[in-house]
Amino acid sequence: MSARTRELWILILVGLITVTGFASVYIARQNEISAGSLSYVGIFFALYLVAHLVGRLTVPDADPYLLPMAAFLTGLGLTEIYRLNPTDAFRQGLWVVIGVAGFAVTLIALRHDFRRLESYKYLFGLSALALLFLPALPKIGHSINGARLWVRVGSLQFQPGELGKIAMIVFLAAYLHSKQEVLALGRLKDFGPLLAIWGCAMLVLVATHDLGSALLFFGIFLAILYLATSRLLYVGVGTALFLIGAAGVYETTAHVRSRVTIWLHPWTTQPVPCPTRGGLLMQRQECESFQLVKSLYSIAQGGFSGTGLGKGTFTLTNGKNLIPDLNTDFIFSALAQELGLVGVAALLLVLMLFVVRGFHIALLVDDGFSKLACAGLTFGFALQTFIIIGGILRLIPLTGITLPFISYGGSSVVANFILLAGLLLVSQRANEAR
Amino acid sequence: MNARIRLAALASLTMLVALIVASTYWQAWAAPDLANKSDNSIQLVSQFTIDRGRIFASDGTMLARNHIVHAGGRTYYFRRYPLGPLTAAAVGYATQTKSRASLELSANDYLTGADQSLAGAIKQIGDRLFGSTIHGSDVYTSLNLKAQRIATQALGSNCGAAIAIEPSTGRVLALVTKPTYNPNDVESHYNRIKEITSPSCSPASPLVDRATQGLYPPGSSFKVVTAAAALDSGRFTPSSVFHDPGYCIEYKQRVNNYTNRDQLGPEAFGTLSLATGFQNSVNSVFCNIGMQLGISGVMNYARRFGFDQTPSIDLPTNALKISGLYQRSHLLSPREENHQDPGRTAFGQGNLLVTPLQMALVAATVANNGTEMQPHLVDHVRRSNGDIVRIKPQTLGRPIKPETAMELTQMMESVVTAGTGTAAAIPGVKVAGKTGTAENGTGQPNTTWFISFAPADAPRVAVAVVLQNQSGTGGTTAAPIARQIMQAILSSAPNSNS
Repeated sequence: MSARTRELWILILVGLITVTGFASVYIARQNEISAGSLSYVGIFFALYLVAHLVGRLTVPDADPYLLPMAAFLTGLGLTEIYRLNPTDAFRQGLWVVIGVAGFAVTLIALRHDFRRLESYKYLFGLSALALLFLPALPKIGHSINGARLWVRVGSLQFQPGELGKIAMIVFLAAYLHSKQEVLALGRLKDFGPLLAIWGCAMLVLVATHDLGSALLFFGIFLAILYLATSRLLYVGVGTALFLIGAAGVYETTAHVRSRVTIWLHPWTTQPVPCPTRGGLLMQRQECESFQLVKSLYSIAQGGFSGTGLGKGTFTLTNGKNLIPDLNTDFIFSALAQELGLVGVAALLLVLMLFVVRGFHIALLVDDGFSKLACAGLTFGFALQTFIIIGGILRLIPLTGITLPFISYGGSSVVANFILLAGLLLVSQRANEAR
Repeated sequence: MNARIRLAALASLTMLVALIVASTYWQAWAAPDLANKSDNSIQLVSQFTIDRGRIFASDGTMLARNHIVHAGGRTYYFRRYPLGPLTAAAVGYATQTKSRASLELSANDYLTGADQSLAGAIKQIGDRLFGSTIHGSDVYTSLNLKAQRIATQALGSNCGAAIAIEPSTGRVLALVTKPTYNPNDVESHYNRIKEITSPSCSPASPLVDRATQGLYPPGSSFKVVTAAAALDSGRFTPSSVFHDPGYCIEYKQRVNNYTNRDQLGPEAFGTLSLATGFQNSVNSVFCNIGMQLGISGVMNYARRFGFDQTPSIDLPTNALKISGLYQRSHLLSPREENHQDPGRTAFGQGNLLVTPLQMALVAATVANNGTEMQPHLVDHVRRSNGDIVRIKPQTLGRPIKPETAMELTQMMESVVTAGTGTAAAIPGVKVAGKTGTAENGTGQPNTTWFISFAPADAPRVAVAVVLQNQSGTGGTTAAPIARQIMQAILSSAPNSNS
């Protein structure tokens, strides 16, 4: 069986799983939603069929598992978003259309040799910086929950950082690939551009008030630096520098300080001053840590087997939401309640498989740039998943970034489809060479 | 480079494995704890999809029922309380936004069907899988509505509480606190509860169950505990002789007997027995006993009755108050109590603070030959499959010997026949009781008490009544209320629901 035929069969399986999910939501909530909305699944499946056909033409020998896994994750996300808010699901569906288009364009444009991107590395570097700083600009920049990560033009809002992340990885892979030998020598002058990047990461942190994005960018940077130079020392020094910078931001930014306090002590038995209510005394779980605590309650409510899709509790009976931002940053806690530990473990295993396949491609491919880019993209995927779910599960301070392929949000969907296209291109190169 | 890529892969997978571990922690390990958090609105709302068990009085009157609401494609069972404020302190409330209280909280496992037998639990998992409604178990309380109504009426506009217990089983027959609230208002008209005021006390605190959460100086009602210590230790008998000049000397200073408002100075009884001192509530007698037994001699007996411990009753534990010696609202440990005043403590002044529940237990223990039964409101539970789970009476301990209990009973009977508590006398029934009038400082109104049981020769009910801010004594204010409650219970058929 050829790789693409295998892909098609797994896609059909994923389609069946998604139909089951939608049907389950439909059965649980049929007084609220119409049977017509089940046609989402048809449209969704057709989209992935298109993606599959584009893959057949452009990357016939690429890894057959990545696309179906991405389809599974988007399908799961779409099902949950549809369950929480059918209107959002429609919009998300449109974003998936644009994402698949981006996927197709990337594959078609780079089908001959994606390595020519290497010669545009500074263009990528500059656009990465531009995209990162866009939200910090006045007028179009926009803060949500204290983190300045959005750009708003008219009624459209998106997080340019998602695309910036991919541009940054391409730049780093290209740059470090060309400087691999000199950097390994450890001469100070070669580190100028790298220190500049560290400075930029810190600036992003200061400008956006967002520990999560800064951690993500810097983590990817250190990972690629290590992969290129083999020096664990750089990772150590880099981590130390990041911690120093983060400590500085902690001291100066109330928003970051509050995130750390929430992480360490989400529950208080005594009332403490509530900064968002003008210092009114109340228990922290009723104020700053409200969202985290309610989300943990949602996760715990799922227990071992979950309440079942469509049967979770997210609102009061008068329709008032119990957890803010449920379908974006907190979609994991919605899934955790309805699918339980069994479902969460399955979801995390699929994410792990995706990561394993990504690194597998990086191991197979034979040139340095491809290895660095592929490993960088995959590591970024894993780190982003860890930062958002780890924040929700109180492993690390909570920061608002999206869960790849699953969260509601246009920029995230589009960026992840381009990432997927990138991995498939590298995989095609690795497999056709053999 | 492949070795480095493998290391990066290892690091990535470690992060994702950490997420699986953390999910397991929250969904399996910590889940029961989180489910019990009072601000867990998800748990609160989702439990309303369970057909919650109903709550009944001992005569079968429904105290809490369900009101079905369809919203968002689901069926919710919200609570209604047909008798409103009458049983609020015992039954409590279950709401989406204000959590739960009293039996609605402490009996939640029964009411949501979480107490099932293995077969029931398996059926429930099936119900959950197939989306059928889970049915909770009905809870039958031991509350006697007649006594409940009479106690509510008798307490009137006072601030105070009354609790009645069946001495031989510990079944709680009446639990009334004033002012109280209407549990039907908690969810949607909470401001009505916040606006409740009382002519007799401020703040009115209608949500506080004064019977189990109110701490008051016991005054002379504590003399039952001191007398129990005196007799049970073998150091005194009811006929032990004392000399009363109207005061006792403690720390080289006079501690006066109680002074009525119409008297010029404290009453002086001259030479008298312990029994007579008890009957007329002579402070100097108990002051001297306290000094001879020492603070620990008195408090050790108090502890046997349950002082210094969280009371054991089937109400939410975190709302219950501990009776004992307090200094600046901090409960003193036995080591700290050495500096306390034994004379004043012995007649219920000093730093003692007690709950009506604790004092009712003292009376019930004397009534039950010195054996203390665990107080409980839940008499039996009827599961959705028809099975009945009976709550068996539990012995808490034997604080005093049966002989001591008999001597105390006789002394308490003379309080009602010829002493300070004659207002509690019921024609044709032997009543045993003790008054208490705690002074809260000169010029301040008194806290008055009456603790009693009847019939003294075959007790069926023990009662404690407390009233805040009174100008009269326990004998004139609290004793008549205790009498009405005892009469209400004695006129009902014994063990009307078993």
